[in-house]
Amino acid sequence: MWNKLLNLDRRWIFIVTAICVILPFLFPIGFPTNVTPPTQRIYDKIESVTEDGPAVIVSFDSDAAPLPELYPMAVSLIRHCFINNTKVILWGMNMQGVGIIQMALEDVKKDFPEKKSGINYVLIPYLPYPAIIIMKMGEDMHKAFNTDYYGVSIDSLPMMKDIRNFDQIALAVSLTGGSAWGTWVSFANQKYGCKVATGITAVGAPDCYPYLQTGQLVGMLGGMKGAAEYETLVEAKIAEKGLNFKTRKAACIGMDTQSVVHIVMIIFIILGNIAYFVTRRQRNVA
Amino acid sequence: MRKSIPLRICLVSGIVMIIQFFIPHRYSQTVYNYTLDWLIVSGIFAIVIGLHSNFHLHITRIVRKRKGWGYNVVTMAATLSMAFIGIAFGIGADSLFMKIYRNIEVPMDATMFSLLGFFMASAAFRAFRAKTKEATVLLIVALIIMIGRVPLGYFLWHRFPELVEWIMMYPNMAAQRGIGLGIGLGMAAMELKIILGIERGWLGGAGD
Repeated sequence: MWNKLLNLDRRWIFIVTAICVILPFLFPIGFPTNVTPPTQRIYDKIESVTEDGPAVIVSFDSDAAPLPELYPMAVSLIRHCFINNTKVILWGMNMQGVGIIQMALEDVKKDFPEKKSGINYVLIPYLPYPAIIIMKMGEDMHKAFNTDYYGVSIDSLPMMKDIRNFDQIALAVSLTGGSAWGTWVSFANQKYGCKVATGITAVGAPDCYPYLQTGQLVGMLGGMKGAAEYETLVEAKIAEKGLNFKTRKAACIGMDTQSVVHIVMIIFIILGNIAYFVTRRQRNVA
Repeated sequence: MRKSIPLRICLVSGIVMIIQFFIPHRYSQTVYNYTLDWLIVSGIFAIVIGLHSNFHLHITRIVRKRKGWGYNVVTMAATLSMAFIGIAFGIGADSLFMKIYRNIEVPMDATMFSLLGFFMASAAFRAFRAKTKEATVLLIVALIIMIGRVPLGYFLWHRFPELVEWIMMYPNMAAQRGIGLGIGLGMAAMELKIILGIERGWLGGAGD
């Protein structure tokens, strides 16, 4: 029996994993989500921005691959800025990222039809050499991008009148499945002093801790967990303000799935180890 | 000439930009701003070269009917049709371009990445075995992180996430910082070698 388990056909693992992924989506469990300090710091930073104060940059620096983890972050961050009437600049270092941040914007705008391009937010088109664009933004944003995504001159946008460089940016959040946050830290933070935070896939989160400790990153949303934490904070804000949004807590539902899959994987790992030791003992006895 | 001119440009511009970084004078800033503009322009040329290289690769494979050339046809058809649709009908929020992007490319891309979850589950079952002391430590830490990084950990014991944060902030960070310093020093050494013309791989064979 134990030998059979050791040589278990991986298709059984795939089937069990698939069931564990699908079921919590159909029947959400609703595990409580605790908020970790790196997430709280991003929330607090955006909370500290006044209506007429500096803007927040939300940059989707990835393609669509890590979408399940990063998209809920983008939606929650934009929603948070819109609730607080904070000016927000949306961008993407990656060619596909601009399309994704536009999707997130359109999703959030369903709850905020009054928010207008150029007044409450500005969507920036893709431009080659993102590191250079960040450096140009540090010098003069009006020279870095001539027009917004819709082809309107940056100089003519009311929101951009007082925003020239990173001095008028409270926080830049880079949502990435790779190391794009490093580009923001190297150029926006180190060269121009802009506060930088990141939303990153769970697999990349451990790389960010040294930068969190030094303060080069204000905060971090780590994987689906970070997205669920931010969703919970924004949800509480919506309840506090008495707003009536039909928000879909995609990341919180996703965390139910992750919880169940992790339990099953842990069971598999423990069973695998028991099988390994039992068969090893049997071999030694023989 | 093919070797010496790029090497001299690299040497001079490398040294000038290092010196420029430490001089906050307005002339120095002007040089810096011009350099940024040049880089953007050269970046646009790089896109043109990339497109040429992409077309050359795929068309050659199609013309010579190499193994799997049908995939090259699909790639070329997708590239050209998306370019045509974007140029002809625009790329606004409700455009056909964005509809294709949202409903075909995004789900395909996310699906490919999501498949990793299944392979990771299978690999974890086979790889996480307490065969040695080191492997046992790795296994225990992995189990703690797996429980603590999901709400289940908080549900079981409210201090589980704190334990995970401690592991990430201390043992993980110590290792990450060591690796980071090594990479940083390696990059600085490599950049110096490129500026001084010792490392010539970037010349694309002209330096051989």
